[in-house]
Amino acid sequence: MTAMQLWRSVLSKDLRLAARRRSDAINPLIFLLMVITLFPLGVGPGPDILARIAPGIIWVAALLATLLGVDRIFKDDYADGSLEQLCLLPQPLAFTVSAKMVSHWLLSGLPLVILSPLLALLLSLPTSAYGALSLSLLLGTPALSALAAIGASLTLPLQRGSALISLILLPLFIPLLIFATSAVESAGMGMAVHGQLAILAAISVLTVTLAPLAVAAGVRMSVN
Amino acid sequence: MWRWLHPYAKPEATYRLVDKLLPWFAGLTLISLLVGMVWGLAFAPADYQQGDSYRIIYIHVPAAIFSMGAYFGMAICGAIALIWQIKTAEWALPAIAPVGAAMTAIALFTGAIWGKPMWGTWWVWDARLTSELILLFLYIGVMALYAAFDDARTGAKAASILAIVGVVNLPIIHYSVEWWNTLHQGATITKFERPSIATSMLWPLLISLLGFMLLTATLVLMRYKNQLLKHELNRPWAQAELALDSRESAEETR
Repeated sequence: MTAMQLWRSVLSKDLRLAARRRSDAINPLIFLLMVITLFPLGVGPGPDILARIAPGIIWVAALLATLLGVDRIFKDDYADGSLEQLCLLPQPLAFTVSAKMVSHWLLSGLPLVILSPLLALLLSLPTSAYGALSLSLLLGTPALSALAAIGASLTLPLQRGSALISLILLPLFIPLLIFATSAVESAGMGMAVHGQLAILAAISVLTVTLAPLAVAAGVRMSVN
Repeated sequence: MWRWLHPYAKPEATYRLVDKLLPWFAGLTLISLLVGMVWGLAFAPADYQQGDSYRIIYIHVPAAIFSMGAYFGMAICGAIALIWQIKTAEWALPAIAPVGAAMTAIALFTGAIWGKPMWGTWWVWDARLTSELILLFLYIGVMALYAAFDDARTGAKAASILAIVGVVNLPIIHYSVEWWNTLHQGATITKFERPSIATSMLWPLLISLLGFMLLTATLVLMRYKNQLLKHELNRPWAQAELALDSRESAEETR
């Protein structure tokens, strides 16, 4: 089996598992919607306040929703031993685990991008910022998934690792949050957003290419 | 170089080296900190704009620089531990992390004290302040991850990987004042051009920098010594060392 075939079969297995157990993939999204519902109730339903804080709310909710799905990346494969088999294969582990990152992104990042106009509508974001919000999520969420995979691989052997995952991942998420919200805010004020989006894209490219190496090292550490 | 470095994969040899170096580091720390602090805090000329309150620079800048320096050192130790699987490098992580976190906390705290009279606020969400705060979170994450595993070797590996990933934050902190127009002032000495500070203020600052570097090293070495003893507690050499120590302290009290 070539590395590419293995990559594809890992990805399709993950997607098929998600299709059979839909609640695992859908629950984080419902959580996201509920978090976003809480804000108008908490700070008041005035459209001007909501529009001002909408980029931050949506992105923070996206970070939290990503954290909810982190356990899913490796936990089951670790429990049933298939992760160990992946480590033993001659195909490069860093490449194989990147399939896991992609499946995590398809199940948590992509739905966010698709949902984003609805979220923007709920928080009465100015129409001019819709495009920037979707783009910032499209460019930023791959990096979130890659970093999430690092966090997941480092805490695999731990029984109660979820609080620790948040502790180590949230600081790494902060740069993305800063640039993404700044892009959406500038778009809302009718200014150019290319700079922020370019930086987001750069962060994503860097993270997505280098994270598999860290993930592979983390998986090897956890498995032995 | 390898032949010279090789013996220090053995904890006992490392312990001897640390034991030999520690008094030197401690002594030099005391001298340079004393000179730097007294010169900077009492004798350096007052600033024409900020008056005497600028003097906190002699604590703030060195602490900030070595909060990053300690992190970088920790990441290097993590890389050595991962690549060559050297136990003695793994134990450097728990030795360095709390010291670096303390330096970060000092930098943030003195920055807040300096910010109040100068900017009129304790804290702003400025790029450099935020990235330094992230550094503190990274230190806390490394320490928490290291402590979370029952097996110290697994914990050290996990913490090493996290430390290496976190290195991306260091250039962000350093260049934050150039990339973003922020409230925090630009670099004064850590750049290639001539330092933008008067010579009479520069010298005490450099000596304080040296003092904080040596202080960081001394604290790390003290912690590292304990780590070595802790991990090798059941080995004969560690037992002999502890027995020697307790005998010496018994003689001193007598």
